[in-house]
Amino acid sequence: MIEVSHCDFIYNQGKSQVKVYDDFNLTIERGESLVLIGPSGCGKSTLLYLLSGLLKPTAGNIKIFSESVKGTRQKTAFILQEYGLFPWLTVEQNVSLGLRVRHTVKRNYKPLVEEMIRKMGLGEVKHNFPSQLSGGQRQRVALARALTLQPDLLLMDEPLSALDALTRERLQGLLLEIWQEQRLTTVLVTHSIEEAVFLGSRILVLLDGRPTKVVGEISNPLVGKPGYRQTEEFFQKTSYVRSLLERGGLDESAR
Amino acid sequence: MNLQGKVFQGKSWGYLGAIVFLLALWQYAAWSLQTPLLPTPQAAIAATIRLFEADLGKHFWVSTYRVVLSTLTAFLIGLPLGIIMGYEGRIDRFLAPLVYITYPIPKIVFLPLILLFLGLGDGSKIFLITFIVFFQILVTTRDAVRKVQSETISSLRSLGGNRFQVYRYVLLPASLPDVFTSLRLSMGTAIAVLFFAESFATTEGLGYFIMDSWSRAAPDEMFAGIIMMALLGVGLFIVVDFFDNIFCRWQHLNGYKEGK
Repeated sequence: MIEVSHCDFIYNQGKSQVKVYDDFNLTIERGESLVLIGPSGCGKSTLLYLLSGLLKPTAGNIKIFSESVKGTRQKTAFILQEYGLFPWLTVEQNVSLGLRVRHTVKRNYKPLVEEMIRKMGLGEVKHNFPSQLSGGQRQRVALARALTLQPDLLLMDEPLSALDALTRERLQGLLLEIWQEQRLTTVLVTHSIEEAVFLGSRILVLLDGRPTKVVGEISNPLVGKPGYRQTEEFFQKTSYVRSLLERGGLDESAR
Repeated sequence: MNLQGKVFQGKSWGYLGAIVFLLALWQYAAWSLQTPLLPTPQAAIAATIRLFEADLGKHFWVSTYRVVLSTLTAFLIGLPLGIIMGYEGRIDRFLAPLVYITYPIPKIVFLPLILLFLGLGDGSKIFLITFIVFFQILVTTRDAVRKVQSETISSLRSLGGNRFQVYRYVLLPASLPDVFTSLRLSMGTAIAVLFFAESFATTEGLGYFIMDSWSRAAPDEMFAGIIMMALLGVGLFIVVDFFDNIFCRWQHLNGYKEGK
């Protein structure tokens, strides 16, 4: 279980202080796929950075599987916006970098990297550089690199936002497959309502404002059901998420 | 033929074209000016070949040694220091003013002092060139590191990378392309300073050879020295390009498509 308890997060912008989170609480069950959705600048990414340990809460405490977060954690994989690939490394080198910085011996990580490259369908381009890849391929490199770390928690910051519609749907399918196969605890940030309902076993609707507010929490038990995208329930869930986002927007303008 | 072969062949033709063009221009100038101060290319090339065995070759190698050693020294000090200054704000706040105050001063004004302490030999010349080139490499490297986006660093940190690994896997490779640019610029500076440093108080080096030929009113020999200086410059550029292509391969992918 992941527990965010009584967290404040304040950052300095020039001379003023911006309070992004004020006494924020959140619990994520093991094996859950949590999706955070909300307008730009609502603090979704900040929450991921806090969970990853790259940022520290100003006050409060975060526990991941009953261990307090102090800096980055071995079993957390984080896919940053724009994938965080290194343009000077080939696909193969990018995928193995996580294991290299952890001082894994080469002959131990080589087979794992090979397998992950094959699984993600990157065999033909493994000696290419990121600039020679399509957006979908880059995203798969980022995924491969994250999965080589054999994480128990996968954090993703708008991983599919730069892709065309078809590539996007294909990769959504891949993400779902990975989640179902490994029952990874995942936290995914997105702008897309469809994506949220397709991938999230629970959806948290956030609203910007200082501090960030949670305006809705939707459980989505049918996630991963074959053909879910075409069902009535799927449509109802998306409409509900949309109405929460829109109502949030109205509240904002009425203030 | 593979890609590298094609690129190499293209470059060779480019060099050949440039040489033919310059020789034609030179020939034309020599014919139209008709002055003993400007020899024809044939005379200069003949003098180069004639003198290379005698002592021109020795002067060439002395100059090469001085430029290469000083640029290398400047590189080995300037690169790490530049990367550290670019990343560690606290160190930069302390060192940047020092650099800004000393950088614009023409280092050549210190030549009397340098000669006093390091003598008339190679040491003083190498020190002077190193001193000047060091600043160019330092400032370029620091600014290149500052351009690195914080997300790129976060990405490595999230993989579990420590501070040293941020330097090794992010800051160094990210700044290398700019470092190579600064090295190319430095080559020009280094050779200019070399000529100045060799033009007095020494009896070795191309600078000395050129000034000596001038004073002996031997323009064909003087131009033989100039030709060797040009060759030295081209040689250094080729070496820098060579390493650039190895270490920054990701920067040189233009026109390369999968499957072709």
